[in-house]
Amino acid sequence: MMAYRRYLLVAALAASLLLWALPAQAIAPEQMPTPQLEARYLALIHGFRCMQCQDESLADSPVNLAADMRREVRDMLLAGKSDEQIRDFMVSRYGYFILFKPPFVLKTAWLWLTPGILLLVGVIVALTVIRKRAALAATDLEDDDLTDA
Amino acid sequence: MNRFTIPLVAFALLVVVLAVGIRQSPDKDLIPSPLIGKPAPDFSLPSLTDPGQRVSSTQLRGHWFIFNVWGTWCYACREEHPMLLKIRQAGVIPVIGLDWKDDRGDALSFLKDEGDPYQSIAVDHDGSEAIMWGVYGAPESFLVDPQGIVVSKFIGPITEEQWRQQILPRLTMSAGAGSAAGSS
Repeated sequence: MMAYRRYLLVAALAASLLLWALPAQAIAPEQMPTPQLEARYLALIHGFRCMQCQDESLADSPVNLAADMRREVRDMLLAGKSDEQIRDFMVSRYGYFILFKPPFVLKTAWLWLTPGILLLVGVIVALTVIRKRAALAATDLEDDDLTDA
Repeated sequence: MNRFTIPLVAFALLVVVLAVGIRQSPDKDLIPSPLIGKPAPDFSLPSLTDPGQRVSSTQLRGHWFIFNVWGTWCYACREEHPMLLKIRQAGVIPVIGLDWKDDRGDALSFLKDEGDPYQSIAVDHDGSEAIMWGVYGAPESFLVDPQGIVVSKFIGPITEEQWRQQILPRLTMSAGAGSAAGSS
């Protein structure tokens, strides 16, 4: 009896695992022949934007176009293309918009540089304010000394 | 120069930067195509109307054409259909269709019922040709010049206004293009 129950439990667990695996398979049914290719494939499709549902990556998007584009990435990988070549191809068709991480080129330089510049400005402002306050505090102390005397 | 000057100037600058950003930010639904000014992708695909024949880019060299990506599953394409028929009637530029991930029977019966605006229709059964053109929705149309260069891209149904202001003038400007332009 106990053994029977245990089998039942195992079967139920296995079934729930299957259920859990189904939707995941619906999103990325493409299997790559080697773990290396699989890793590159996953890294690539996570880095591309789905052009229809723009805040999702190709890896996460359930729409047909994303499935077609994943297949395109997969075919290029299997054809021996480098990550660089695949990225260049996608950019040549869809523009930089397809990359979640925009490249550092002239057009996007401000995007990468502005946070650093703002931080620098903030540090400079903070330093001058601190210096001024320190100087002020020092003179205040001297004034106090004078009045006390 | 009092103590409010710097924060105020910084605030004003920020307002200007954000205002420009909002003004300049393109509609997220209209992503500019990197293909504009570049050669249109070469293709050779089976014809929808005659699967034995192929529709290829080499047949199209030397003429302006509109490359229209559509499908019977696409509602906006049905909206665009009368405009395409009008373009066909004007007779100054052929429309080449790319039937994108569609059912052949559906496509043929749709054209039979609603009229066929296309000079020829290529079939993109698995969606890989659409990716070559950077298509991300339908309908999308590309205006291609006689040298095979993509001149402009229209996302969504082509409007009367776009036809009059962005397509027709280009055709009449270039020598040899139809003299009967502007009949619509």
